[in-house]
Amino acid sequence: MTLMNKIKVNLLACLSLFALSACYDESTVSLDEHSVIYCAEGSPETFNPQLVTSGTTIDATSNQLYDRLLSYQGKENTLTPAIAKAWHVTKNGKKITFYLRKNVAFHQTEYFTPSRFLNADDIIFSFNRILNKNHPFHYVSGGDYPFFQNIEFNSLVEKIEKINDHTVRFHLTHPDNSFLANLATDYAVILSAEYAEQLSKQQRKSNIDTDPIGTGPFKLKEYRIGSFIRYYRHEQYWREPVKIEQLVFDITPSNTGRLTKLLAKECDISAYPIAHNKIGENKSLTLESITALNVGYFGFNIKKPPFDNKLVRQAVSYAINKKVLLDTVYKGKAVLAKSILPNTSWAFDDTIPTHEFNPVLAKSLLNTAGFPQGFTMDLWAMPVQRPYNPNAITMAKLIQADLNDIGIKVNIVSYEWNTFLNRLKLGEHQSFLLGWSADHPDPDNFFSPMLSCSASNTGSNTTFWCNQEYDDIIQKALQTTDLSQRKKFYSQAMKIIEEEIPLIPIAHSKRYQARNKEITGDILAAFGGINFYHIDKNKKTPLSAKSNNAVKVAQPNVGEN
Amino acid sequence: MLIFTLRRLSLFIFTMLVLTLLSFSLSFLFPGDSIINISGAINATPAQLIEIEKHYHTESNIFWQYITYLHNIVNGELGISMASQSDIATEVLNLLPATIELSLVALFIAMFVGIPLGFIAAIKHNKTTDNIIVSVSMLGYSIPVFWLGILAILTFSINLGWLPSAGQISLLFEIELITGIQFIDILLSDSPYKWQAFSDATAHIILPACVIAVAPATIFIRLARTSMIEVLETSYIRAANAKGLTFRQMIFRHAIRNALIQIIRHVGLQFANLVTIAMVTEVIFSWPGIGRWLIESIYQRDYTAIQSGLLVLSCFIFIVHILTDFIYAALNPLARGNKYGS
Repeated sequence: MTLMNKIKVNLLACLSLFALSACYDESTVSLDEHSVIYCAEGSPETFNPQLVTSGTTIDATSNQLYDRLLSYQGKENTLTPAIAKAWHVTKNGKKITFYLRKNVAFHQTEYFTPSRFLNADDIIFSFNRILNKNHPFHYVSGGDYPFFQNIEFNSLVEKIEKINDHTVRFHLTHPDNSFLANLATDYAVILSAEYAEQLSKQQRKSNIDTDPIGTGPFKLKEYRIGSFIRYYRHEQYWREPVKIEQLVFDITPSNTGRLTKLLAKECDISAYPIAHNKIGENKSLTLESITALNVGYFGFNIKKPPFDNKLVRQAVSYAINKKVLLDTVYKGKAVLAKSILPNTSWAFDDTIPTHEFNPVLAKSLLNTAGFPQGFTMDLWAMPVQRPYNPNAITMAKLIQADLNDIGIKVNIVSYEWNTFLNRLKLGEHQSFLLGWSADHPDPDNFFSPMLSCSASNTGSNTTFWCNQEYDDIIQKALQTTDLSQRKKFYSQAMKIIEEEIPLIPIAHSKRYQARNKEITGDILAAFGGINFYHIDKNKKTPLSAKSNNAVKVAQPNVGEN
Repeated sequence: MLIFTLRRLSLFIFTMLVLTLLSFSLSFLFPGDSIINISGAINATPAQLIEIEKHYHTESNIFWQYITYLHNIVNGELGISMASQSDIATEVLNLLPATIELSLVALFIAMFVGIPLGFIAAIKHNKTTDNIIVSVSMLGYSIPVFWLGILAILTFSINLGWLPSAGQISLLFEIELITGIQFIDILLSDSPYKWQAFSDATAHIILPACVIAVAPATIFIRLARTSMIEVLETSYIRAANAKGLTFRQMIFRHAIRNALIQIIRHVGLQFANLVTIAMVTEVIFSWPGIGRWLIESIYQRDYTAIQSGLLVLSCFIFIVHILTDFIYAALNPLARGNKYGS
């Protein structure tokens, strides 16, 4: 009865208000002004980045919900303090001590109220969950921690020691220069030990990954699979809280759906937009892009003829029209790769020569190499879509056509993804299409794992190219702290690659994003997930100078090709 | 009236029996194991499967299996969705109100626009106004709804930017699900942004509801026109005219009332048509209703969801049909004598 009355009264009130044009309550500020809607391309698999490598999940969770011990900052991507306010590495590089901040608060939500600030227990809990197979939470969501397994975290970290409440020490089995960089990646997030304890008591351990508690700038309010994620601002964030109150991920897998919502102002920001021209025409929207730290390439097996001959590799390199590959396979959403290192990296050297498309030169090189009639070769194309190569089979077909012109017959081979990788490691291939995505911004993350001799022994360098001069140079670069000196070393390394051609770099793919001009602040990063910490909404100032500047700042990496 | 009610009730029961028989047989006709089709438990372990088989009495003959199936339906057990592994009954209960809301709004728009236009056409029979209304209604009836929907989004959402293109309400508003009917839930909520939410929801429903309303509205135009023409030719209208009643009195007091009764009979029939259109429209406008859910289930080969979805939807249409029959009977004493359901 009371319910019905309430409905009646409300309905009447609204109808009368509605007659006066709109049902607005003028006293409350519009909700729209401090909320941002992001049209995402898919649902996250989990809310814990430790468990995945999927870009969609990292985008939705990592930088929004959590913090890491360290983080990257600035164009140079230098390591800066995050939860750890300082750190110390011993001379032998085997003991790393982190001094934690004392005022880092965890999220307070409907399902958890923290009773204390972050301390050493939380750090130990977060990493021991990954390291220790007997840890009560290790197998809670399947026991797979792909990123940490790839970097062999378990054999690297001997133990983690609690010195006092705000100091922890990592004991490593051997020194590793990339250890700190790995701790700053999106995967190395800090969870709450107190929350885990509460869940253990309630027998709901698996909730730790579905109802997340972190220290990040946003906290989870509501998640409906396939529909939306609602984040609220974390008011007690240890840095200055975010300027907006609410962040909503509108999950819209359809490309046209995201475009429509963007144009109809139903989303403020859209991931992976299509119809770039249409967005460019619209005065209230802006398109931004960033060249991701990855490379898609065409590699040769140096151990197998005829690719043991440098001239043949060079001939192939001159015979491929990379511009066509870029337009067809990447639909223009990539920059031409001049070397394995993307041109956005600080270590990139613009003076490195590149192989332009030149079938005549290719043909004559092939003659010099002793193959005037050409030959038949196998080209292995990866079966899956990856950011660095959205369609390897199509790319293989284009290469097939290009090489046919200089007399090389190409057979395209493809296997199921895991079989493909395993057989590559065994060296059964002649040539292959693959790529590499950087885990962290250090240039060494391209040079060592892709082409060093040790990588060719472990099977991560499937060209099996091993050049002592190159190895010496990248080793020297790792030991040098002087940036300009390092840059010189990497420049030499790139020259060797250009001369020897163990692989032909094809493209560095770009990541696009479209947004309403009212939204300011950087979101995209060259590597890792997106970050909404810096955003703000200037509803009242239409196209002010301020927002224009911010847009320009957000576009420093638009590649020119 | 009691006899009338009983007749309708028995018609309802028998139709539902036929429908359940159909949906029950679907689990055998769909590819795959019938027990998995009917329960949706695709990831069940062998032990769980035995449990499920026991529950559905697969060891007994087909008649008892059907009786068990009926028993489950009456208890609201529709199985779990093969795609999402969530309870279908709960999903349906969450989604059906959105479809009801959209269909009802569309129906009212169709009636409020279609019926008066039909009457005007009848009064101006064989004049230019009549011709224009009839041609426009023909045009409206011929436009495919998916095309009209996309056109509406392109015009009103993208180019003009007046109305939103997708969903029931902006995701910014947190409205607790109480009845499922969005407008009622908004009015019941304690949100400080209640009125913003209400106007936002209104803006969201306008486009899809109008798109759905176009086809039924043109039918109402034609129905209203025919029945008005019929009424205007009856002897009591001529008598009223002879008595010297003004034109207004004649139309409003006598003609409209009698013409309306004929139209109400058809509202129920039109509703089935309208729900079909609504299903397609829900996909275009991402409306979180049962139609979109059902079409997605078809794409995902979610047989359990298809079965139950069809059953619930046809049951809903049938109930509306019977309700309009009651209204018709209440308004028109002559209809109560009808011995057979129509």
